[in-house]
Amino acid sequence: MKISMTVNGKAVSGDVEGRTLLSGFLREHLSLTGTHVGCDTAQCGACVVHVNGEAVKSCNMLAAEADGADVGTIEGQANADGSLNVIQQAFQDHHGLQCGFCTPGMVMSAAALLKENPRPTEAEIRKYLEGNLCRCTGYHNIVKAIMAASGQDVSSIAAE
Amino acid sequence: MPKDSGIGASSKRREDVRFLTGAGNYTDDINVHGQAYVHFLRSDIAHGRIKSIDTSTAEAMPGVVKVFTGKDFEGVGGMPCGWEVTDKHGAPMQEPPHPILAQGKVRHVGDPIAAVVADSLEQARDAAEAIDLDIEELPAVIDMKAAAQDGATLVHDDLKNNICYDWQLGETDDAKVDEVFANAAHVTTLDLVNNRLVANPMEPRVAVGEYKRGTDEYTLYTTSQNPHVIRLLMCAFVLGLPEHKVRVVAPDVGGGFGTKIFHYAEEAFCTFAAKACGRPVKWTSSRSEAFMSDAHGRDHVSKIELALDADNNFIGLRTNTFANLGAYLSTFSSSVPTWLHGTLMAGNYKTPVIQVNVKAMFTNTVPVDAYRGAGRPEATFQLERVVDKAARELGVDPIALRRQNFVTQFPYDTPVALTYDTGDYNGTMDKLEAAADLAGFAARRTQSEAKGKLRGLGINCYIEACGIAPSNIVGMLGARAGLYDAATVRVNATGSISVMVGAHSHGQGHETAFPQVVADMIGIDESLVEIVHGDTSKIPFGMGTYGSRSLAVCGSAMVKATEKVIEKAKKIAAHLLEASEADIELKDGQFSVAGTDKSVAWGDVTLTAYVPHNFPLEVEPGLEETAFYDPANFTFPAGAYACEVEVDPDTGQVSIEKFTAADDFGNIINPMIVDGQVHGGIGQGIGQALLENCAYDANGQLLSASYMDYAMPRADDVPFYGVDHSSQTPCTHNPLGVKGCGEAGAIGSPPAVVNAVLDALNSGGKAVDHIDMPMSPSRVWSAMNS
Repeated sequence: MKISMTVNGKAVSGDVEGRTLLSGFLREHLSLTGTHVGCDTAQCGACVVHVNGEAVKSCNMLAAEADGADVGTIEGQANADGSLNVIQQAFQDHHGLQCGFCTPGMVMSAAALLKENPRPTEAEIRKYLEGNLCRCTGYHNIVKAIMAASGQDVSSIAAE
Repeated sequence: MPKDSGIGASSKRREDVRFLTGAGNYTDDINVHGQAYVHFLRSDIAHGRIKSIDTSTAEAMPGVVKVFTGKDFEGVGGMPCGWEVTDKHGAPMQEPPHPILAQGKVRHVGDPIAAVVADSLEQARDAAEAIDLDIEELPAVIDMKAAAQDGATLVHDDLKNNICYDWQLGETDDAKVDEVFANAAHVTTLDLVNNRLVANPMEPRVAVGEYKRGTDEYTLYTTSQNPHVIRLLMCAFVLGLPEHKVRVVAPDVGGGFGTKIFHYAEEAFCTFAAKACGRPVKWTSSRSEAFMSDAHGRDHVSKIELALDADNNFIGLRTNTFANLGAYLSTFSSSVPTWLHGTLMAGNYKTPVIQVNVKAMFTNTVPVDAYRGAGRPEATFQLERVVDKAARELGVDPIALRRQNFVTQFPYDTPVALTYDTGDYNGTMDKLEAAADLAGFAARRTQSEAKGKLRGLGINCYIEACGIAPSNIVGMLGARAGLYDAATVRVNATGSISVMVGAHSHGQGHETAFPQVVADMIGIDESLVEIVHGDTSKIPFGMGTYGSRSLAVCGSAMVKATEKVIEKAKKIAAHLLEASEADIELKDGQFSVAGTDKSVAWGDVTLTAYVPHNFPLEVEPGLEETAFYDPANFTFPAGAYACEVEVDPDTGQVSIEKFTAADDFGNIINPMIVDGQVHGGIGQGIGQALLENCAYDANGQLLSASYMDYAMPRADDVPFYGVDHSSQTPCTHNPLGVKGCGEAGAIGSPPAVVNAVLDALNSGGKAVDHIDMPMSPSRVWSAMNS
């Protein structure tokens, strides 16, 4: 079937099978490989994108369901001049990533969190990230980076 | 003052920019023109005899290119094991074949039976469902102790039993060990399980095989920690291909934790099938598939006995362990319960008599191999649990008991084959006591009690052996590989540097930390140094990254190669400055003549090396050097950890309230990265202690085969961690004085968590000796209420 949508501000279209997932459409049809697939049960969150402004696990949504939607992916997050946005910069500043595989989903989830809760507490961040698994960082620097991105002073949190 | 560049600086990671913008290049992001997709039909039973496989219907289905079964691989080798362990009677381990696709029998849930290559993955999956299998189900061998009994069902019909080896280390005279225990003032005994885990890097494994008919060359893109090792094993032992015709690329890899060290059947299959099918073949593991095909970790059942004299000195230690190897020998599986485990049983203590006994078992489960720590967490867990139990039984302070028995003189020869070169266990414990504010624990306990919670403090010490080496020694112990590493430092004409390294970065930040070293040695900006890794066509033959070895081994090779570069550059500088080479000094990127104001810049010397108009005749043009480095010994990071938990007495729920790590990693290149490594290790250790469990039922069905059933630690399961690495005794035998930090957190944290829970319960009036991991609420509640 033919579908069309806006991805990172650009109109795109494609011919997909009914069973094609949004993650597959982004990765294989549009070559937007920043969206990762880390599981098959909608648990890990590496595939989180924004659909009409909401954080969505793109491995758990059919491409056809996103027909006509406004989709945002990690490739569209940087500032217009190509520099890292506030969240991305905070992840680099605070070593919020190691292997980088979960990172796109973490950044997309963090953006959605800060949109609805601009100054989340540590506990609120940890609760919100229940749907995003990271195996490298022990979450310490991810939580710290999100607190920093929201303008909170993180200097008292041990270790960079 | 923290440095802002070079050795000791928390330089921000340059690789982050591509990962944060979706520009990483992971193996599944690689698509080769014309590629087909493979789907593996895997066994859904644990043990069975294959009577027939009919692929005719599948072969006729739409899009199917070819269907493979074990018969297609009868002419090639099986998956090799890289370490031959000799048992305590001098016999080699039993080493059964490990075919790429099952031949004759299936031996675990997930064992690949057939492979369908098709135009699309969906077509391959559809066709796999049309394969007609006739498999006679056999009784499954799951329980290790039952598997060791005479007359047990055999996992491998051609072996004499299910015991791969019966191994021993330390004191060989049983009577002498018995005597130590008979004369002891106190003996503490503990039976415990080190739970089976799945490493679960967030990126599932992927392999893409490509074959070029015109040049007879193969390329394998794969999610590996060590591309040269994969190439060597696959070419020499599995497919019989000439190494120079095979390129193995491990691009950005999304975490490894050991499970991407090994050479897997799917890699060999895609390489083989690319030629057989006449087109590239791609395999991407699903997470469910990963649970039944990635090598698992841990899975030991042990009894440990500690003998103490009347003054509470440790006088003897004896362990008896059953170690699960699964259905086949994975690449380094045999070394994990032996040389990476038994050798660590001395821990931080000067116990004079130690005997380690290990029976390694074949069972109808997924192969078990190295997972973050690999044998060392299993050793530390046993030792630190029995020490803690002894302290409780004797009514002495667990820190004081440990301090009393610490090794304090270095070098120290353990009774289990290692020589610790350096350390300061009391100094590290001092750091822990301060960093964890142990003096304030009593007040925190009072606060917890006011909320109706039991609070416990758990202490743990660990020592690990990293940078496994030297090659001649490990060769004598059965390793079928060398354990050196290599680096090539290629200086470009304009002064920038490409460093090709055998180590592989899959989260460790080599692209940032390694340049800090080279730039510091020369005195140039870090941004002028680039690291190249992960492609056998670009890098020297290196052994990859595992066992916390990258900086200690490959980093040493890089230092040696850089020293050679500097030595040659000084000859060129001496020529340009018309001075004696012995008088040339290099500082801040300037070569100068000692005692004069004459100097020439790094970039002028490098340009001269490639535009050698004014050049010393006896020196070759160019500026590029390679060094191989084989360490003289292991390195021995050590540390002390403190965990504070709250236990809800009504539900058994455990929460980690405070976790502090004090580690001695020797010298540190990038403190930010080192802290991050420790954080990640602690996160995995808390996962093992409280949440994770890879479970099989009695029939060998894998019960925890997805994230719905295998409890990965999530952000709200863990706290912020305190990390202190100011205790530093530099390694005495490598040029950087570094020890390795990748596994420490995963080794040091599980016993700290368990000890904390038991302290909470016992302090709260519940006499509980032990709870097996993971300490789920039901297990904790049951222990409290039994």
